[in-house]
Amino acid sequence: MRSFKFLLAAFALVCAAVATGRADAQGLTLDIVNGVPSAIPIAIVPFANETPGLPPSTDVADVIRMDLNRSGKFRALPRQDVVEFPTRGGEIKFPTWKLLKQDYITVGRVGDAGGGALRVEFELYNVGTQQRMLGLAITGQPGDLRGVAHQIADLIYEKILGVRGAFWTRIAYVTATGVGKNIQYSLMVADSDGYNPQVVVRSREPLLSPAWSPDGKRLAYVSFERGDSAIYIQDVATGSRQLISARRGINGAPAFSPDGSRLALTLSYEGNPEIYVMELGSKALTRLTNNFSIDTEPTWTADGQNLVFTSDRSGKPQLYQVPVTGGNPQRLTFQGQYNARASIAYGGKQIAMVQGNGNVYRIAVMDRSIGDQYHFVSPGDMDESPSFAPNGSMLLYAAAEGPRGVLYAVSEDGRVRQRLVLADGDVREPAWGPFRQR
Amino acid sequence: MNTTVRVTMAALLCIGVAACAKKQEVKPQPEAAAPATEAAPTTGKYTPADLDTDACLRQRVVYFDFDKSEIKPEFQQIVACHAKYLQDRPDARMTLEGNADERGSREYNMGLGERRGNAVSSALQAAGGSASQLNVVSYGEERPTCREHNEACWSKNRRVEFVYTAK
Repeated sequence: MRSFKFLLAAFALVCAAVATGRADAQGLTLDIVNGVPSAIPIAIVPFANETPGLPPSTDVADVIRMDLNRSGKFRALPRQDVVEFPTRGGEIKFPTWKLLKQDYITVGRVGDAGGGALRVEFELYNVGTQQRMLGLAITGQPGDLRGVAHQIADLIYEKILGVRGAFWTRIAYVTATGVGKNIQYSLMVADSDGYNPQVVVRSREPLLSPAWSPDGKRLAYVSFERGDSAIYIQDVATGSRQLISARRGINGAPAFSPDGSRLALTLSYEGNPEIYVMELGSKALTRLTNNFSIDTEPTWTADGQNLVFTSDRSGKPQLYQVPVTGGNPQRLTFQGQYNARASIAYGGKQIAMVQGNGNVYRIAVMDRSIGDQYHFVSPGDMDESPSFAPNGSMLLYAAAEGPRGVLYAVSEDGRVRQRLVLADGDVREPAWGPFRQR
Repeated sequence: MNTTVRVTMAALLCIGVAACAKKQEVKPQPEAAAPATEAAPTTGKYTPADLDTDACLRQRVVYFDFDKSEIKPEFQQIVACHAKYLQDRPDARMTLEGNADERGSREYNMGLGERRGNAVSSALQAAGGSASQLNVVSYGEERPTCREHNEACWSKNRRVEFVYTAK
């Protein structure tokens, strides 16, 4: 009965999201692939408006509810099922929420902080023990109320699960709009849920492979604006940028080292695509691979000691690992005809990749802590570009939908999937940014 | 890559010879490719006007099999006539734009497009063009000519385009 009710609720949620998605260019659809029995029930009561004026246009509780649902770890009580509206801990009647089978409840209010700013206060309670687990206030500008809501969702996530939340993060991606000679490519940055999209670069020529610096301030990317590929690093806030490499042939697949001092990249000026590491201070290059195959898509392990990359040295693309000090690359993947474009989480324990079998390309996650077991987190057929959230709890990937590309956010177990409808046109190449500083 | 170059070279040795002993050429060439099989002129030199009028020179695209960069027999004639043009016109310059279909990862496909461009460049050089006349640019899967998700479409996107930057 409970799971049936949950399914109904999930269905209602999808319908509601589809309905609003039509009206809103930034629409979102949440797709519960399978029930998540382990998802934790939590009630997020609508936050009271205690400002002198009209309530802010952002519904803080709604943003928090969507964040928690998207993670697959929580099952937030649908708003229409919220029957009482306490705004402070003292007003919570716990038996009501026990009856609704909620494990946790969050209440809050938005007030005036002076100078045009808003002060959002919230409290998190354990329904069973009736104990207060969190009671905090975050101040922000009205235009950044979604950001404040994401920070609250992160704090709730961390308090209950013991893992830092990654909702208050940003994503980068590339869009292509128009056709033929009128095609325009844009490198975009948005909130982790797809809201607040901003253009970083526009070009008539292809843009691809955005990569975040570990401090989240810069993006490395590939641009064809010079006619051939070139790598740039651009400051997201100021727009100032630097040409990093425009050697003959391919300049591709940039990836910042965990400390931000080096950039791994793919260059083919010495004959065919090889992996290099550049010291960003001196621009000095070290070549790490030496093979007639295509070696590309380097990704750093969290300790900065190794790179995982794609190579077709065995015939078809597979993932390999090589120490940044050089050495013999070790093959990592032995299942699937085609494995490429690694994204690493949990300090290297999990590696996501594009896995191709026949004409079906899906996102697979290999768990190195349990004997290299694989599980798929996307349905195919043309899925690519997996990118882990900084806490490893979710991934972004690109999928084809008719003639256009769309982005999905999916929980690490593949059970909860949300499509981000970010813009008109073709959306691809998602890159999930690092944690932000509170 | 070694294999690619070797196969390309081997295939090129066969150009001009009507019947070649190589296994892959046992299959008769398709009728549809008839204009391509018209022999390049063996006497006289090409002029820029021929780029617009010559049946062989007007063909500027070579197509590839999935994840492959070998030049198929039906395209050898196109390579041969453009190589002759480059030889006849030392000031001519050509950019070879390598492309891949959408399957798989974008950066790997960037490598695949370059590998195809290089295969054509090597073939053109082996048949008379010079390295200084040739430039390879890979667009990977970024510039599809067809956007459907099926083999008919993919086969059109796995290509190298010959672009004369100086005639």
